[in-house]
Amino acid sequence: MAGVTLDAVRKVYPGGVEAVRGVSLDVQNGSFCVLVGPSGCGKSTLLRMVAGLETISSGTVRIGARVVNDLEPAGRDIAMVFQNYALYPHMSVYENMAYGLRNRGTPKAEIAARVAEAARILAVEPYLQRRPRELSGGQRQRVAMGRAIVRQPQVFLFDEPLSNLDAKLRVQMRVEIKRLQKSLGVTSLYVTHDQVEAMTLSDQLVVLNGGLVEQAGPPTELYRRPATRFVAGFLGSPGMNFIAGTAAEGGTIRIGDLTWPAPVGAAARPGTAVELGLRPEDLRVADDGEPALPFTVEFAEELGASRLVHGRIAGSAAAVQLPAEAAPLLGTVPVTARAEAVHLFDAETGRRL
Amino acid sequence: MQAKRVTFPGRILPALLLLPQLAITAVFFLWPSAEALWQSLRREDAFGTRSEFVGLDNFRQLFADPAYLASFSTTLVFSASVALLSLALGLLFAVLTERVGRGRALYQSLLIWPYAVAPALAALMWSFLFDPSIGPVAKLLGRLGLPWNHQVNGGQALILIVIASTWKQVSYNFLFFVAGLAAIPRSLLEAAAIDAASPWRTFWTIVFPLLAPTSFFLLVVNIVYAFFDTFGVVHATTQGGPAQATTTLVYKVFRDGFVGLDLGGSAAQSVVLLAIVIALTAVQFRFVERRVHY
Repeated sequence: MAGVTLDAVRKVYPGGVEAVRGVSLDVQNGSFCVLVGPSGCGKSTLLRMVAGLETISSGTVRIGARVVNDLEPAGRDIAMVFQNYALYPHMSVYENMAYGLRNRGTPKAEIAARVAEAARILAVEPYLQRRPRELSGGQRQRVAMGRAIVRQPQVFLFDEPLSNLDAKLRVQMRVEIKRLQKSLGVTSLYVTHDQVEAMTLSDQLVVLNGGLVEQAGPPTELYRRPATRFVAGFLGSPGMNFIAGTAAEGGTIRIGDLTWPAPVGAAARPGTAVELGLRPEDLRVADDGEPALPFTVEFAEELGASRLVHGRIAGSAAAVQLPAEAAPLLGTVPVTARAEAVHLFDAETGRRL
Repeated sequence: MQAKRVTFPGRILPALLLLPQLAITAVFFLWPSAEALWQSLRREDAFGTRSEFVGLDNFRQLFADPAYLASFSTTLVFSASVALLSLALGLLFAVLTERVGRGRALYQSLLIWPYAVAPALAALMWSFLFDPSIGPVAKLLGRLGLPWNHQVNGGQALILIVIASTWKQVSYNFLFFVAGLAAIPRSLLEAAAIDAASPWRTFWTIVFPLLAPTSFFLLVVNIVYAFFDTFGVVHATTQGGPAQATTTLVYKVFRDGFVGLDLGGSAAQSVVLLAIVIALTAVQFRFVERRVHY
C-alpha cells in the first residue's frame, strides 16, 4: 500500500480553461481523503488525473514513491468506483469483478477465490450470476466496490459514488464504505459535492474552490476553524450565519449601530470590512449583560431532535438551532455565542482574521 | 416491455388515424401479395388472353429448374457477401472516425453521402470504373496481372455487384454504428482502461458486445437489402449476366415475369421470396435477438 502525493498539479484544457490551478496534497498511507467542493471546482478532474484518465498539464503525481504522470491507468495500481458504477452491462456480476484480474492474467483459481472473498465482504454472493440490470441501485454500488477490492490495489478512487442513490441508501452505503475502508486500510481518495459525506467519511478533508485548495486537514479542524469564509460557508448544515460589519477601535466590530467585541485573537485593522460567522448550533439566547445581537424571529422548523429558528440579525438572514424542548422564541431576542465559536473573516479576501 | 396505453374517447378517431397507413399497406402490400399468390396458381397462354388454374404446377416446375436453383445459390453468396462486407466496413469506419479529433463531422458527412446516391447511378459509376475497355480500375488490375472483364467472367460480375451494393449500404451501417458507439458510456471504457484491457481487448470484450443489438438490427436490414433492394444495381451493371451468373432471385422474378412474360412462374417466385423474408425475419428475431440484448 502507498500514499498519494500531488505536487503543484495543474490541468489546462485545450480551450484554455484551467480546471486545476496548482494543487499540492499529501494523502497518508491508509487514510481516507475526501475532496469536496461545488461543481466546477476541479475535484473530479483532480481525481481523474490521479487515475490516469486525464493528462497532467504540469506538476507531479506520486503513488507511493513512483511518479505516475506518464503511466497508463492500468499501470498505476489503482481501482476506481464511478458515479454511474460503470458496470459492464453484458457481463454477470462475477464476470464484472473478474474482468480486471483476467486481463492481468491472474490464475483462474485465484480469481475465483478473490471474487468469492469480495462477494462475501460485500454480501453480493446470491447475485454473482446476475446481470447488472437485474440489481437494485445499492447492489450495483456494492458490485462496483467489489470490482475495486478484488484487485487489491494500492489506492481506491471514488468519484461521487453515492449520488445516484436515494437518501436513505446513501447514508447506509456511506457507513459501509467507511467500514470497508477501515478494515482494508487502503488509501482512498473520494470526491463528493455533499459536505455531510465529506465530513463523515474523511480522515483528511480537502475543500476545493475554483481549482485551488481552500483548506485541507482533519474534518473537525476545518469545521471548527475554517481558514476562509468559503470553507466556513461550505461545511455545516444548516450553514453558518454571516453578518457584515466593520472592524472598530479596541478589537470590537461595528454592525450597523451595534457593537460586538471581536473574537479572541482577531487582529483586524480598524476600518476593515469584515464578516462575522456564527454557526446556528453555537447561538443561544443571551443572559442579561452578555454581549449579544438582536435576533428577529420569523418562523421555526421542527427537525425532531432540534428546532431551527429562522429570522434576521441586523438585516441578514440567520438561523438559530435550539434544543427541541426549548421554549418557543417570539419577537426579537438577544442571542450570543461562546467567544471561540465566533469566526471573523476579512470581507474582501475571505481570509480568517 | 410496458407501454403506456392511450385511451381514445370513441372508436372513430383511432380508426381514422390508422386509416392512411392501413390503406397504404393494403394497396401496396396486401393486394399485390394476394394477386401474386393467385397468379402463382395459374398459367397464362402466350398472348395473355386466357389463364387457367394449375394448382402447384408453377412451384413444381420452379424447383425442377436448374437455373432457378443456381439463382438461389447466387443470391445466398451475394447476400452473405454484401451483408458481411457492409457491416464490417461500416463498423470499421465508425470506429476509425471516432478516433479522429479534428474534422470528425466532415469525415462522417462524407461517409454518409453514398447513401444519398441513387442505386442506378451508383451501379453505373462502378460499371465505368470497372469497364473492361475504359475503366481505370480494370486497367490497373490488368497492369497488376489480373485481367478484368466482368462482361464475360461470371465470378467477376458477381464481385462487381457485391462491390456496388456494398458501397451503397456501408453508409447506412456506418450511421447506425456511429450512433451505437456514441451510446456507450465513456465511463465503461475508462473502467476497462483501469481494468488493464488493451484497446484491442476493450473493443472485442466491451464495445463489440455492447454494439450487438445494433449489429443484429443491421444484419436483418442488410440481408433484406441484399435480397430485395439490389435490383437496381444488378439491372444497371450486369443485367443478370453473363450467362445468369448474377441473376439473383429478385432479378429473376423481373426477368421471367416482365421479359419472359411467364407471369405464373414469376408470381410463384415472388411467393417463394415472400416466404423467405418472413422465415428469415422470424428466425432472426426468435433465436438471435434473445441472445444479443443485455
